Amino acid sequence: MGAPEKLTRRAFLMTTAMAGGGLVIGFRLPGRRAEAAGATRAGRPAATYAPNAFLRIAKDGSITVLAKHSEMGQGVYTSLAMVIAEELEADWRRIRVEAAPAHLDYKHTQWGIQGTGGSTSSAESFDQMRRAGATAKAMLIAAAAKRWRVDPATCRAENGLVIHQGGKQLSYGQLAEQAAKIPPPAQVALKDPKDFRLIGKPTKRLDTPEKVTGRGVFGIDVKLPGLLTAVVARPPVFGGKVTQVNSGKAKAVRGVKAVVEIPSGVAVVADTFWNAKLGRDALEVTWDDGPLAGLDSAEQGRQYAELAGRTGAVARNDGDAKSAIAGAAQRIEATYDFPYLAHACMEPLNATAHVRPGRVEVWAPTQMQTGDQGAAAQIAGVKPEQVTLHTTLLGGGFGRRANPAADFVSEAVHVSKAVGSPVKVVWTREDDMRGGYYRPRTTVTAAAGVSADGRLVGWETHIANQSILAGTPFGEAMAKTGVDFTQVEGLADLAYDVPNVRVEWHRAPAGVPVLWWRSVGHSFSAFVKETLVDECAVAAGKDPVAFRLELLAKHPRQQAALRLAAEKAGWGKAGQGHFQGVAVHESFRSIVAQVAEVSVKQDGTVTVHKVTCVIDPGMVINPDTVRAQMDSGVVYGLSMAFHGAITFKRGRVEQGNFDDYPVLRMDEMPEVEVHIIESGAEMGGVGEPGVPPTAPAVANAIFRATGKRIRRLPIRTEELKRA
Amino acid sequence: MITFVVNGRRRTVDVSPDTPLLWVLRDTLGLTGTKFGCGMALCGACTVHLDGEPIRSCVTPVSAVAGSSITTIEGLATRALHPVQTAWIAEDVPQCGYCQSGQIMTAAALLAKRPAPTDAEITEAMSGILCRCGTYQRIRQAIHRAAALGRARG
Repeated sequence: MGAPEKLTRRAFLMTTAMAGGGLVIGFRLPGRRAEAAGATRAGRPAATYAPNAFLRIAKDGSITVLAKHSEMGQGVYTSLAMVIAEELEADWRRIRVEAAPAHLDYKHTQWGIQGTGGSTSSAESFDQMRRAGATAKAMLIAAAAKRWRVDPATCRAENGLVIHQGGKQLSYGQLAEQAAKIPPPAQVALKDPKDFRLIGKPTKRLDTPEKVTGRGVFGIDVKLPGLLTAVVARPPVFGGKVTQVNSGKAKAVRGVKAVVEIPSGVAVVADTFWNAKLGRDALEVTWDDGPLAGLDSAEQGRQYAELAGRTGAVARNDGDAKSAIAGAAQRIEATYDFPYLAHACMEPLNATAHVRPGRVEVWAPTQMQTGDQGAAAQIAGVKPEQVTLHTTLLGGGFGRRANPAADFVSEAVHVSKAVGSPVKVVWTREDDMRGGYYRPRTTVTAAAGVSADGRLVGWETHIANQSILAGTPFGEAMAKTGVDFTQVEGLADLAYDVPNVRVEWHRAPAGVPVLWWRSVGHSFSAFVKETLVDECAVAAGKDPVAFRLELLAKHPRQQAALRLAAEKAGWGKAGQGHFQGVAVHESFRSIVAQVAEVSVKQDGTVTVHKVTCVIDPGMVINPDTVRAQMDSGVVYGLSMAFHGAITFKRGRVEQGNFDDYPVLRMDEMPEVEVHIIESGAEMGGVGEPGVPPTAPAVANAIFRATGKRIRRLPIRTEELKRA
Repeated sequence: MITFVVNGRRRTVDVSPDTPLLWVLRDTLGLTGTKFGCGMALCGACTVHLDGEPIRSCVTPVSAVAGSSITTIEGLATRALHPVQTAWIAEDVPQCGYCQSGQIMTAAALLAKRPAPTDAEITEAMSGILCRCGTYQRIRQAIHRAAALGRARG
């Protein structure tokens, strides 16, 4: 790097004078041919920029970064701004961020649509944001050079100023108007990473002040003149339908304006949330429960175990796993069961819409702008470009707000269309908990064989669950293999060096809405992989860290992370009554190794004292954010380990709120110690990779404390009771 | 008609007396800094101060606060940020931020009573406030920092 970065030949830069003066920077590649050209550039995200705009420099010198990704806690507003500011040589104190509108200018460089997920935001936008900043800088320098009638090469940019070698200087604000008239450079030089002054340095988040004063606007906080609030009665069983509605009592509730039927249920519309909720309480609806009326979690578990025993779609087949395991000196067989899980974002689902003739406006805490915009257009009978979508702050996302079915946005559009006013649809906690789109309930049957000399010779895993991808625009990815890769990730790509490996996927019947849940398939596959390999280590009579290191000879990054975690945790040196467990897992192109230290009381109560976490995300933009995301991943993983389960009885979700679907509280919070390795590998994600290793590291520690293997989540501590 | 004081200002509202204070603050008075999380006093996102005491506004009927003084996150800072807010910024506590009003109001009430709380006292006071992003470790650090700031300010 440091060499001039050539833009694709057909690329040209688009500059526009802002209303009120200033510079808007973006790139433009015309049409589909350019997309194809971009896509052929090997080894990089396709440079398929449509007309877009990532930053504005105002005459007062303030710089606004338009964030293409949704801020849901992961710190992306700050990291996107850091990358632009780095190349722009901006004064960091003058940077502010706002959400970009929904527009394909802001599409994900790998997905082709605008959205946030898969722990991809920083990596997919890194080059794009660097070029946006570098191009603006070049134009500002050119503007200054022109004004001074000097060679641009005699000028440099620094901290929001262009400075001539003779000492003259002009601020970016002073240059903005003129810079907008400068022809865009055909190529721009990017900085040598060794000269980075922001990237890689712990940097305070830009969104903290508004989040500690109550000023930040989440979706649920949207205010509009004449805004009504709706609460929707939805079928108590997934796939159920309304058969009869008696809205008389609901309409009699103070403040209730209307009761309207929409595809997902019956909406009660009122002046305030509380009145809408009281209206819904008074609503009388008869439902046809449909085909899932008898859904029962215990029965489903038996079906899934049976399904996993059949022949499934092959996700990986090396050698002959069956024979190798059958012939091994020691065989381990296990069946694992993982429940449906709700994301349980702290901000309950909501969206606001205003449908007018030929025009729709939507305000939503969403991770999937393009899908939501398209759904809104279809419902309102307008073109997608007639839908203006404003992304608010998201009170948590974790995948739930990236729904290809656009469920929560669609409802708001339907209701607004029906009543002709701006409407905010707000879900209660119970609505949110029972509203579906869960991490799929999953059964895994596994077998492994260890030879007499302590080698892992065979490994077979069968995963039975519903598909997330089938039926979505991403479903075509399944066409070739018949495998939903999101449900076998973490096992199909097993890094351990085992000569005979077989992975099959068994597709369970659809019905319960399922979706990506922070770390997706890795949320259960890492548990199977890391507890099973731990059992194999015991069978082989080897130390769990040493055993893994041997099996990871071809994966030096995983080895390095594991070694550092063991060293920092003081592996093998747990205090009196404390026990350690380890796990290492690659997900979303990052490696995370964790050592959990636990104690288990006589009554089975588990205390997690400390989690030592090492992440190698290749390279880091904001180390402080990486640390925060590791804390966060561990907490999410502990909630999954000890608390989470969505279960069904007579077709109905049995949980509704934080009393029967608890999440981790401060009194269960261990110390989390984070270490970062910047290996220089391709940039990986940080939002999800912290989650997968936590539950298996804890389960492995519990084994050391109790001799009991955990094969079902959440952990039932009563089963750990000692006689 | 129910009259009470919010952030130092007298307010009169015309709502059903059993309406939870949370929705009066948010929908009637437009003070959206106080958040709805569960509606059952399980998560603490809706925490405000009633005459200085932390309460769950989602289960407090507005009639119960008639004549009382309510402080919300919008009214916590007076001339300058409250030490808890300053500490929260210094430790960069929030992630998604949705629960943070409840966390901060609870922490401010704790520090008003216990200017130098122990870890056990922090755990005791804060375990009722859920954070799905898992910012608990930084919350603890920020409360210790706020305590130190408070001492420095005298």
